[in-house]
Order: sequence, then structure tokens, then C-alpha cells
Amino acid sequence: MSVEARERRQPWILLSPALGAVALLLLVPLIFIVVYSFWLRAAVGPDTPGFHLDNWQRALTDPFYRYILLNTLKIAAITTVFCALLGYPAAYFITRSRGNKLILLLLLMLPFWISYIIRTMSWINILGSSGAVNTLLLSMGVISDPIRMLYNEATVILGLVHFLLPFMVLNIYVSLDGIDTNLEDAATSLGATRWQAFLQVTLPLSLPGLAAGGLLCFVLGAGTYITPLILGGPRDAMFANLVFEAIITQLNWPMGSALSLLLLLVLGALVAIYNRFLGMSQLTKGLG
Amino acid sequence: MVGNLQPCAARVLSPCPRPLGRGAIAQRGTPVSSVQLNDIVKRFGSFVAVDKTSLTIPEGAFVTLLGPSGCGKTTTLRMIAGLLDPTEGEIVIGGRRVNDVPIHKRNLGLVFQNYALFPHKTVVENVAFGLRYRKVPRDEISRRVKMALELVQLPQVGGRYPKALSGGQQQRIALARAIVIEPDVLLLDEPLSALDANLREDMRVELKRIQERIGVTTVFVTHDQSEALAMSDRIVVMSNGKVEQVGAPADVYNTPASEFVARFLGASNILDGRCLSRGAEGALLEVPVFGKVMVPSAKAPHLGGAGPAKLVIRAERLVLRDTAPDGGLMSAPATIDAVDYQGQAARYFLRAGDHSLQAINMIDERPFPAGADVHMTLRPQDCAALPG
Repeated sequence: MSVEARERRQPWILLSPALGAVALLLLVPLIFIVVYSFWLRAAVGPDTPGFHLDNWQRALTDPFYRYILLNTLKIAAITTVFCALLGYPAAYFITRSRGNKLILLLLLMLPFWISYIIRTMSWINILGSSGAVNTLLLSMGVISDPIRMLYNEATVILGLVHFLLPFMVLNIYVSLDGIDTNLEDAATSLGATRWQAFLQVTLPLSLPGLAAGGLLCFVLGAGTYITPLILGGPRDAMFANLVFEAIITQLNWPMGSALSLLLLLVLGALVAIYNRFLGMSQLTKGLG
Repeated sequence: MVGNLQPCAARVLSPCPRPLGRGAIAQRGTPVSSVQLNDIVKRFGSFVAVDKTSLTIPEGAFVTLLGPSGCGKTTTLRMIAGLLDPTEGEIVIGGRRVNDVPIHKRNLGLVFQNYALFPHKTVVENVAFGLRYRKVPRDEISRRVKMALELVQLPQVGGRYPKALSGGQQQRIALARAIVIEPDVLLLDEPLSALDANLREDMRVELKRIQERIGVTTVFVTHDQSEALAMSDRIVVMSNGKVEQVGAPADVYNTPASEFVARFLGASNILDGRCLSRGAEGALLEVPVFGKVMVPSAKAPHLGGAGPAKLVIRAERLVLRDTAPDGGLMSAPATIDAVDYQGQAARYFLRAGDHSLQAINMIDERPFPAGADVHMTLRPQDCAALPG
């Protein structure tokens, strides 16, 4: 075999275990779900195979599903905005700190060492009726009865911001770190104040990182079901909770399949729009 | 005078035609300014980057801060620019103390080694950037940007992004961006270092031409001695945060004030010896290899009297011959260890007794071969003497 032929084959040989795993564990189940979504659930006995559009029709027309979908997108959007507002200054600070950059980045990664579920549940110990905040306020005599702070949309957003902020900071950091600091110096030497230099030079150049972080936060936020389950009230269900409900509680696999594919399509469309304007390469940078 | 430039283009960036030359600039108020550093100290923690440096840069001069990396030259430049605060001392630009003036109010043109062009802005937007903060009317902005681009000989690239330009073109645009605001002082931080050798020499001439045309006071930082010698009105040689010598290029080159300067600028042979006497006609030194040498007073300004002394001999002043000269010249026999052939010249590595010397000679026909026995000859007035 010639050297060129060997070099052409080598990447495929190296990729084949991963490609095999993806095909077996992701692609095949996905095909199952697509097929399932066209089946019907029978009142008794096994589901009815076939090509029925009933599940899709319900998923697309039922106002309850539409309300939950829009609410899910709204919560994900609010979460993303908060992550951006909180994450940008943090990322900027880390970029500009000289000596302890590595320690700060390590601190940023630290939450990932603890299970996301445990981190989410920790809010119960802080905001619950016998949590830290209520205990403190009670002991100080500010309040006589515990305040109800948990189990609403605000705590769901709080939990999501808590979970997603590091992704946002990392993405913005990667973007900012690649910007030559001489650019801001050049801008100020030309007469711009520090703030004007930031707005004119650093901010526009870091937008790809901000967009990548935003996309990641939005997609992860919109797909979550643990946070609303732990921190939300009965009316704060997000779309993934509907899928969970349909498949696990009602054992309605066809309907659950259609719902999960609908969410996949909506988020997929978003990623496609992002890719059209900014390209996927920026996203992979932030994950590295 | 190059080409058919309008008088207006000569003082390129001012709004209306005016006569050429520095006089025109003086009439206009003071678009150029002197720079003065008074006992500047810069410390980073316990590290002293710049140590009690005082310097006067006259109006319209091209002054080069020259030294190896870490000598404090860039730190000094950044303090003038306002990117660093001096720990002690005073910076005066155009008679105004600027220690507490933030960088965006100092009206300086700054050019970086890596160009620092805004990658998301076109060439025109880059050059116009500074004018937008100076309340210049829009049509005036486009006129001045156009003139600046013509001055750096890139009038056709205005719509492109920096990435689409070569390194040399990017540096010209960076220069245009810095001078279009008519800065009081132009600060150049190793602007040619990122360019390849041929382009660097072209840009050297170009940069000097532009600086002379607009007459702006310029502080140029470099570690490249040939850039410093070719472009400067005055060279400031720095080492370890201190100024070693200030002078015109020829003075610094021919009469180094210290062993550091002698070694840093060009190839020098330095022989340790003694000064036997110091008289009106010069200093009499006794050194190994050549024996007694009478160095003229002008070449020994720092030598006080009898005592330890050093003789500095430029490698290109040491001329090799087959035979000993008749008289008037100093001479000593030597053996050639190695030859570094450079085309029009050759560098010889010589051995005379225990001493190693270098000579750089033009080649007449063919260089001396390695191993040849030759005579090194030298005129006493081509030497310089330093205190030991």
C-alpha cells in the first residue's frame, strides 16, 4: 500500500470506534424514536404499528403543548441573558488577570466535579422553608413565618443560571483571550476612553464567543428536565418534563417520541441558524 | 522632493495648503512637541525596569531607544504613551506634565510591532478611528484618511480588511492610523521587527521619509542597531534600565561611552590595558598585541588620566595585509582561525598570541584563507579608549 493510501485510510481507522459507538447508541435509537412517533397507543395491549400522524398533529396543535414549548423557550432565553450579563464581566476579569488565570479557570471548572443534581438540590438547603435564608431571617426576627421562595419560575431560572454560567464564562473567555490587548491600547491612544475602546473593539471581537456561549446555554437550558423537577412548582413544567411524563408515567411511547422529536427539531433549527451566521467552529473552541 | 506632491500634501493632514517645512508647523501652533523625562523610575514589584532615567527629546527629532530585550526601552515608551505609570519621576510633553493625563487625552500616535489593526474594521475605518473622537466633520475625515493612505502609498486598499493585506501593508496602515490624528509625538514600538529582511529595509527608508515629511517628533524603539543607525537623529543606548549613551549615530558608533555600547553596536575588539598618560594630544595606552597606542582626545572623552583602560577597535577598522606596513600604522602579526565569507566582505576570526580578534574587510579579489599568517594594521585615530 502506498504511503498516500495509508494516510487517507488512517483517520477512518482511528475514527471507526467512535463512529461505531455514535451509530449504535445515538443513531439507531433515534431511528427507533422516529418510527415510534408514527405509531399509535392502543387502549389495551401493545402499541399499534403503522404510519399515523395523530401524535404529530396533537403535538403541533394542542395549546397546552404549545404553551409549554413557548414557556420553555422563554425560560431558556431569560437564563441565557442572565448568564451573558453575569458571565461577561467574569470572563473579562479572568482574561485580564495575569498571574492567577489558571487558578481562576480551575475554580470555574470546580462545580463540574459535583453532580448537577446535587448542585441543584443544594438550593433547597438555601431557599427552603427551613433553609439558610429563612433560618437566618427567623433568628434575626425579621420575619415570623418562613417565606416561600422555592418552587416557582424564578427558582427554575436561578437553578439553570447556576448550572449554565460556567459554560458561558468559558466560551466568552476563549473569545476574549484570543483578542490582542494591543488593540484596546491602540484604540485609547487614538482618543477613545477605556469604555469606548471596549465597546468599539473588544466587545465586537468577542461576540462570536458570546454567541457560542449563548447557544450552548439556550440549548442546554431548553432541554433540561431536572431543574424544573427539583426547583419548579407543578405549573413550571418545561418541555422535557412532558416527554418524561408521557414516556415514564403514562407509558405513552409514541406520544413521548413525537414530543421529544419536536423539541429536537426546534433546537436543531436554532443551531442551524447559528451555524448559518457564525459557523460551528466557534462552538468547538469554547468546549476545548 | 518626491513626485508631484501638492504643498498641502506635504503637510499632509492639515486642512488647507501651507508651505513646506517645519516653519509651517510652528506657525500652526505646536503639532509637534518635545518630550522630557525627568528621573523616571519604573518598578514592577522588586524588579527595576527603568532606573532614574532622564532624557530630552527635542521637537521634530527622530530619537531611537536602542538596547537588548529587557533593557527598559519598551517600558520607557509605554510610560511616554501613558500605558504605564512611572513609579517615580516626571514626564513632560510639549511643556505639559502628563503623568496624570490618561492616554486618550495625550494626543500621541502609537504604532505596535504586531500592527494592532482592528480586524473587524476596514482600512478606512481603521484610519478614521482616531478622527471620530476628535469631532472632525465627516467630509474632512474622508479627505484626511485619503491623504494619509496616499502618504503611506496605499490609496487603493481602503475598502479591504487588514487580514487581506500583507505584513508590510498592514504596518503602513498602522502608521497612517497613527499620523492621521496629527499626534504631538509619534511612538513606534519595534514597528519593523515583524517584517522580513528585505521589506524591513524598504520600510526603514519609507518610515524615515514620512517622518521627515510631516516633521513629527518620533520616539522609535528597536533592538536592531542597523535600524537605529540608519534612521535616527539621536540614539539612546539603554541597558538594564539605564541610559548608557545618548548621541548622534556616528558618535555612538565611533566613540562608544562604555564597553556595553561598543559591544552592542557592531563588532568590536576590546583590549584590556593601561592608560600611561593623558595629554592634550590624546591618551597614551599600552595594550596587549599592539603595544603602545596614542588615542586622540576626541576618541577618549571619558578617560580621565593614568590607570586601567580599554582599547576599542572596530572589526572593520582592522585591516589585514600580507606584509607589514611601512610606517605610521600600528601593526601586529596574527593567524586566521576561520573565515566567514559574506560576498562583498569577509569576517576573519584571528589569533594573536593568547588573544582572539575579529576583522571585517572588504574583499578585493579573494579572501585570505583560514590558517594564513597576516598582519593586522590599524590607524590610531580609528581606535577609541574607555576607562578600564
